[in-house]
Formats: sequence, structure tokens, C-alpha cells
Amino acid sequence: MPGDLITLSRVSKSYRRGRESIAIFDNLSMSIPQGDFVAMMGPSGSGKTTLLNLIGGTDRADAGEIVFDGGRIDTLSESQLAAWRAANVGFVFQFYNLMPVLTAAENVELPLMLTGLSHRKRRQNVETALRIVELADRARHKPKELSGGQQQRVAIARAIVSDPKLLLCDEPTGDLDRATADEILRMLQLLNRELGKTIVMVTHDPEAAKYARRTLHLDKGRFVEQGTGS
Amino acid sequence: MTDLDLVARNLWRKPLRTILLIISILVAFLIFTILIGFNFAYERSLDESSRANRLVVNNKINFTESLPYAYFNRIARAPGVTDATHASWFGAFYQDQRTSRFVGFAVDPESYLRVYAEQILMPEEQKQAFIRERTGVIVGRDLAEKYGWRIGDTIPISSNIFSQRDGSRAWDMKVVGIFSGARPSDSTTALYFQYAYYNETITFGRDQIGSVSLLTTGPEANDATARAIDAQFANSSAETATVDEKTFSRSFLQQAGDINFIITLVVSAAFAAILMIVGNTMVTAIRERTNEIGVLKTIGFSSPRVLRMVLGESVLLSLIGAGAGVVLGGLALKALESQAPFGALDLEPVVVAMAFAIAVLLGLLTGLIPAVSALRMSIIEALSRR
Repeated sequence: MPGDLITLSRVSKSYRRGRESIAIFDNLSMSIPQGDFVAMMGPSGSGKTTLLNLIGGTDRADAGEIVFDGGRIDTLSESQLAAWRAANVGFVFQFYNLMPVLTAAENVELPLMLTGLSHRKRRQNVETALRIVELADRARHKPKELSGGQQQRVAIARAIVSDPKLLLCDEPTGDLDRATADEILRMLQLLNRELGKTIVMVTHDPEAAKYARRTLHLDKGRFVEQGTGS
Repeated sequence: MTDLDLVARNLWRKPLRTILLIISILVAFLIFTILIGFNFAYERSLDESSRANRLVVNNKINFTESLPYAYFNRIARAPGVTDATHASWFGAFYQDQRTSRFVGFAVDPESYLRVYAEQILMPEEQKQAFIRERTGVIVGRDLAEKYGWRIGDTIPISSNIFSQRDGSRAWDMKVVGIFSGARPSDSTTALYFQYAYYNETITFGRDQIGSVSLLTTGPEANDATARAIDAQFANSSAETATVDEKTFSRSFLQQAGDINFIITLVVSAAFAAILMIVGNTMVTAIRERTNEIGVLKTIGFSSPRVLRMVLGESVLLSLIGAGAGVVLGGLALKALESQAPFGALDLEPVVVAMAFAIAVLLGLLTGLIPAVSALRMSIIEALSRR
């Protein structure tokens, strides 16, 4: 069994709402092995997205340690975290979050602007990523010219184009019909099984969770039970 | 794709809005280019038309008040004076004083052609004819072309100040010379005729002169010469004020107000308005893209890089508008050149450089608030907005 890619140790996080402090996690610990595909489920407000944000370095814990591939990320500065995210994490959002002014290929190229790759190498990587999501023929289309499923596949291509170890998906099928959702989930499963990407997926959909290797249930900031996917 | 490509794409996200903003900026820089272009031409004309050792003596009350003719010889003999001439404003017009007024002076031909030798260029025989012919008039090339006057023509020149003894306001004058300025592009829209003819025929103000122009031994003698002249006529019925020619020209042109101040005021008002309009629109434009800025930061674009991209967008917008405004301004200056009293209206490199600097500053200022807001924006907050 490969080692843990992500380890959270006694992580606490709370938010302020006016004068009130709302605790999301208190001393939460967990680990995710390399190559895992984890679905995180739970009711609204259970802390799923907050946990995803902490793992992805887009939010900071109040206390505790977050270790990624042997190195702590909770101690990194803002600019170091940005560079770390660019190199190690791909993000897939519920509403795709593509740049409407860019073509599919240009959207996929965005993370590569943060690398020192040559123009030619970048173009090759973009073509490869679009081929993986089976959208090579839509490279020049703008997001508004694509269906929801196609836009999400472009978003997945953008997430994998810089070959990150970790993919974080926040409700990736929440805006899609069942058939398209299954298509996207099969693609994520493929990325996990064939390319060894570690995937953490937040979802409300039990059907989506079945595509993961295991499911973590969060409630009020605590894991309540674990299940196994397909 | 580069950051600049991304900036340019974002700029053209809403083409109509961007075009309207560019037009607003263009108008401000068009105003800037024309007014500053005029100002440069005005300053240059002062430099070029003024000789460092030429002084002008006027009545101390103001230059519209005359001086007794008797002063002329006394001024010409003052210490430091090497040559002197005099000129009297005629209030000249041709046929219709509402539409065809121009600069016209009654002068002493011989001395005037010596003292202003570098500004009145024409063949020697025409100069001699001007000195010889009592009703002779020399006309600037542009003025002659405007009215189709040729050498030998007799033209009726009227005055909005003086009249003749027979009640007529028109003087018949014979064109004996057509002169050009020091540079081919200099505006030559004046005429000069004999003081003797003028002084004999006018019904009032005889034996008076408007001003005396004189040459000194050198610029270093100017102050002492001016003081000596003014001291000579102190406490007389017509005290004098003697200044160098550039100072006089500036005060003459500023009768209508402080040109520099007016230009600064108009240009500042134009840029202040643009700052508000573009600044406000940029704030709205960036606010509309909050979610996208959150995505850029999520995938690893650092906050300073996002700040640079937002500032880059406002600077690029400003530069496009400014560039178009300066180009149109340059064309407008060329089109207005024939109407300008200052000679050539060139788009000076320094005006282009000033426009560039102002455009960059304007871009940075208008982009500052949205850029800082993008810099500070937290990813979580940005992604929560749709």
C-alpha cells in the first residue's frame, strides 16, 4: 500500500459570523493515501467544502498540521501556497468556472502559464489533456458553445494538464443530468485508476459516491462512518 | 498564451463598454494634444519671433495708449541703443470688419525693415519700393493669398479706429511687396504701411506712435537700457514701460487671460472626469469577474500577479485611448495650422512623451482600487460569488 499523500492532524477551523464564532472542525485528524479516490458526503454545513479548501490550500486552519507528500503546507506563505497549488493540485468545480473569454484550449492552458514550459510543450500538453477528456475537436470553442458536460470535461482537462498528484472536485456533477454525470464520474474514475491521480470529491449524490474507492461521511465536523465504493 | 493575451481578452470581454471607454479617454487626450500643441507652438513662436537684444517701449498705462512721436528720437539716442523703429496699431480690416480683420501697423519703413530684418523676408527691390512709395503697403504672403492681392494692386484698407479728414475710413494702398517669415511655415497674416501716409491723413492722434522697438548692444545691456529709457520719461504725461520683446509678446497674447492657466484647467478637468468614469467602470468590470479572479488564484496565480494583470488591463485601456487621441490630435493640429497665429503646429515628441506618461498614470490610478481589491480578495469569498 502506498504512503499517505495527505495527512491532517488535530486540525481546527472556525468561522466568525458577526460576534459569533462557529466551529467547523475541532481536532480533526485524517489521512488519504496516494492513489485513493475518496468521496466526501454529508449534510450542508457539515464541513465538506471547508475540508476540501484546507486540503487544497485555499483556506487556512486555525490549528493543527496539514501535510502533503511529506511536507507541511499549513506553514507556507500565501505566495508559496499559490505555487504549491499550481504544482500539486487540480481543481474541478460544480459550475465548471471556465473563463468565458478563452477557448477550451486556452482555458486548459491557464495552469501551464505558471510553469516554465515552452510554447510548443504547452500546446502538446493541452492537446493531450483535451484528448484524455475526449474534447480534442472542441479545442477552439468558447465555453458558451459547449454543453454543461463538455464544459466540465474542459475543467477536468484544466485540472490535469499540469499533471498534479491530487484532484479536488467540489460537487463536480451537481449541475449535470444523470447520464452526463455518469460520464464525468467514469472519467474521474479512469484518471484515478489509469493515471494514479489521488481524488477527493465532495458530493451530495450517493450515486456519484459509488464511483469512489471509499466514502467518508461528515457530520458536524466529524467523520461518522465510512463506506466502500465500486 | 501570455498574461498580456489574457489581459487583452478581458479588456474586450464587453466590446461596446470598452469602445465607449476608449472614446472617453480619446476625447480627453485629443483635448490635451490640441491645447498642449497650441501652447508649445505659442511658446516656440515667442522664442523664435523674439530677439534677445530687442526691447519694446510702450506707454506705462498699457500698450493701447500711445506715446508722443517726439519720444522716438530721444529713445533712439538712449545709451545702449543701436537702432530703433516705431509702429502704430491701425485696427485694419478689408471690406468687412466682422470677418476680415488682421494685424496692420503704420511703420517707418526703413528702420522697421532693419530692426525686424529676420522676420520680413522679401526681395530688395520690394523693400526699396516700400521705403519710396508713400502709399505703399507690404503684405504677408498668407494674407495676400487669402485675398488674392498681387504686387501693383491698389487695395482699400479700412480702420476700425481711425477715419480720414473726408470722413472715409478706407485708405487706398498700393501693394509694393509680399513678404514671408523666417520659416516657410510661419504664419504671415500682417501688413505694414507708411507712418507718414497714416499720420498725414488721420483725424486724431496725429504725431503719436503706438510703440518703439529698439535693438541694444546685446542682451546684457537690456536692463540698463530699459531703466535709462523709463527714467528719462518718469513723471511725464506719458511714462514709459520698457521690456524685452518676449515679455511684451507674452503680455500681449495674454490679454485674453493666462493661457497656460486656462490650458492647465481645461486639461485637468478633462482628465479628472475621465479618472472618475474609467475608474468607476473598472471597479464594476472587476467586480463582475470576482469569481474568475478566485479561480485564477485557486489554480495558482499569485495575488501580486493578479494585481499586475488588473493594472495591466486599465493601463492598456488608457494607452489605447491615449494613442488614438494623440494621433487624432496630431491630425487636428495639422488641420488647424492655417488658422493658428503662432506658425507651425507640430505634434512635438515631448507632447507624445507627456501623453504616454499621463496615460500610464491614468491607467494605474483607474486600476488601483479594483487591483487592490483583487489582491486582497480571499479565494473562498471570491468563489462563493457567482
